[in-house]
Amino acid sequence: MAQAFAIRGVFGRLGLLVWLLGQASAVFSASQIDTFEFASAVEERRFKALIQEFRCPKCLNTNLAGSDAPIAQDLRKVVYRLVVTEGMTDQEIRDYLQARYGDFVLYDPPFTSRTWYIWIVPLALGGLGLLVLLRLRRSVPKHTGGLDPSEQARLKRIVGDTQQDRVESKQR
Amino acid sequence: MSRASFYIPLGVFVLILSMGYVGFDLGARNDLPSALINKPFPNFNARLLNDPEQTVTREQLLGRPTLVNVWATWCPTCLSEHEQLMLIAANTDVQLIGVNYKDRPEKALQWLAQFGNPYDLVLDDRDGLLGIEMGVYGAPETFLLDANGHVVYKRVGDINPRIWRAELAPRLKALGVAITDAAEQESKDS
Repeated sequence: MAQAFAIRGVFGRLGLLVWLLGQASAVFSASQIDTFEFASAVEERRFKALIQEFRCPKCLNTNLAGSDAPIAQDLRKVVYRLVVTEGMTDQEIRDYLQARYGDFVLYDPPFTSRTWYIWIVPLALGGLGLLVLLRLRRSVPKHTGGLDPSEQARLKRIVGDTQQDRVESKQR
Repeated sequence: MSRASFYIPLGVFVLILSMGYVGFDLGARNDLPSALINKPFPNFNARLLNDPEQTVTREQLLGRPTLVNVWATWCPTCLSEHEQLMLIAANTDVQLIGVNYKDRPEKALQWLAQFGNPYDLVLDDRDGLLGIEMGVYGAPETFLLDANGHVVYKRVGDINPRIWRAELAPRLKALGVAITDAAEQESKDS
């Protein structure tokens, strides 16, 4: 491994650069590398929708369509076989993959004893937020728009003082 | 009221923080639960690595506790767990089955000749189809089967001395596998 990366000299480095660029373009066109042939447009549409739908088991957040991992390539072939050769329905294919790779491959996890909290917690937090908002609104004192007599007297005193100041400064 | 408006958001913040701490813990990555736990090991019909004329089915593995170890020559972690597998083979009477996963048979045979063969049988799964039935997503993976062929435990990653002591040996004992003292002694030393 170390020997393969011991690139010496300018030409070695240029070669490495060309090789890396080649790798990069391979990554960008990754989803087009597989060549699958379909007898009907419906099958092709189903296949594409299904590989978009499933999560690659090796990756944390990439679907089968977007992953270059060997297991994702294999599973794309499996989905192709199940759609085209075995003629399974979408639901049967979901069940097939779930039976082998667990809920992890489903981006849309079922509501079970292990997954309840990912459904409940956002709802509960939303409810809590609403509750806090309502209570905060209620605690703000009602504003009638007017000042009570003592506040008016204070206002008059302050504004009156300022006007007095202005008059005095003009006279100077 | 002002207390509530301070403590409720703080509580929510701490809650989210702790969920993130638990949820994004990198150690949890290996805990991806197998869909096969407590379920029967899948049916298969696989060729033997060293004798392609012969095939093995699930039924032939039943009757005693079995470790099924998925490995390949392209997998460096498989080499690092190999020593521990040799120890298990030498010091326990568990049935040890290798699944040579997406590999070239001639390379695999050479590997076993070079480093030693801990397996009772090695199945040839060069196209990875048995791996898909087992829910394998990377080698090495190890499944522990009871005598009825139900999966009781799965390890994704290497079988190292720590995993052997903490997770595998107690489960083997519970299934009635005889383990010599030497196995425990050696794994303590390493």
